[in-house]
Amino acid sequence: MSGKDRLPIFPSRGAQMLMKARLAGAQKGHGLLKKKADALQMRFRMILGKIIETKTVMGDVMKEAAFSLAEAKFTSGDINQVVLQNVTKAQIKIRTKKDNVAGVTLPVFESYQDGGDTYELAGLARGGQQLAKLKKNYQSAVKLLVELASLQTSFVTLDEVIKITNRRVNAIEHVIIPRIDRTLAYIISELDELEREEFYRLKKIQDKKREARAKADAKKAELLQQGIDVREQANILDEGDDDVLF
Amino acid sequence: MSNQSFEEGKLMAVIGDEDTCVGFLLGGIGEINEQRQSNFMVVEKDTTAAQIDECFKRFVARDDIAIIMINQIYADMIRTTIDKHLLPVPTVLEIPSKQHAYDSSKDSILKRAQGILKPTGRRR
Repeated sequence: MSGKDRLPIFPSRGAQMLMKARLAGAQKGHGLLKKKADALQMRFRMILGKIIETKTVMGDVMKEAAFSLAEAKFTSGDINQVVLQNVTKAQIKIRTKKDNVAGVTLPVFESYQDGGDTYELAGLARGGQQLAKLKKNYQSAVKLLVELASLQTSFVTLDEVIKITNRRVNAIEHVIIPRIDRTLAYIISELDELEREEFYRLKKIQDKKREARAKADAKKAELLQQGIDVREQANILDEGDDDVLF
Repeated sequence: MSNQSFEEGKLMAVIGDEDTCVGFLLGGIGEINEQRQSNFMVVEKDTTAAQIDECFKRFVARDDIAIIMINQIYADMIRTTIDKHLLPVPTVLEIPSKQHAYDSSKDSILKRAQGILKPTGRRR
């Protein structure tokens, strides 16, 4: 695996610079993403704590609301059918707002009153007080549930985003950075190889030159022994001329 | 569907026994739109799981509903459908009913929370 999985790039100085820049970019991105993941995680845990808390509160509130329903039934008889038949328009509606955590938009629900009470006249004959209490209880239950719903939505959204961010962090840490590292190592080894080749070539040329000179010297010495002095003979290629202009 | 409710004011939907529905309707969340579709479902003794399932899916498909509240006993009946519902909106809330206390270990969201907390605890 090592040395195999790398970017297809020609090993050159330019490519090396490019890779170095990419490595720096990847490391920076990794750091930033990690920070983002941490921020999200923090928020996530906070929300989780709140959800569990709210769920327990919800249990109590619902119990109380159910109890007040029983009370209302006791005083005003069976009102179930009347209520179920007379539904028209919702009085409590939900508005969505956006909250922003580290670049992630979380929907936040908010309940608001829209229009009048449909059941204004319910319980007019008897049990009006109980009914009013019942309505109030259920309205507070609705408020609590809306709050819980926004927590839960944030929870689901954050969960998704955290998964994605962690996946990216891991991908950069375990795939992208090692790949760039390997590419860099490959480029460096290739460049070293080239350098060694170059060095060897130079050495070889020097050797050849030395050999040639030794040969020439030997020839000169031989000629000298034969009585021909070639030492002072000017080479035609050597421009031994001083400035002869003046 | 009136235009106004379509654009900003979203609704809450209830699936539950008669008492739960009546309570929330008195709280003022009930609405019947022009197609005579209500945003609540009263589950009777002889309502089958398939009917609840179908109703739940209908509520999920409606885009004017932001929150679906469902009694936990009925949520249990269609647990697979709820577990499959992963989108943030509409949000599914499991609420206790009069006869049955709330059991947080069964809640889909809290189950997911448990599943998430463990691997994150293991991380690093």
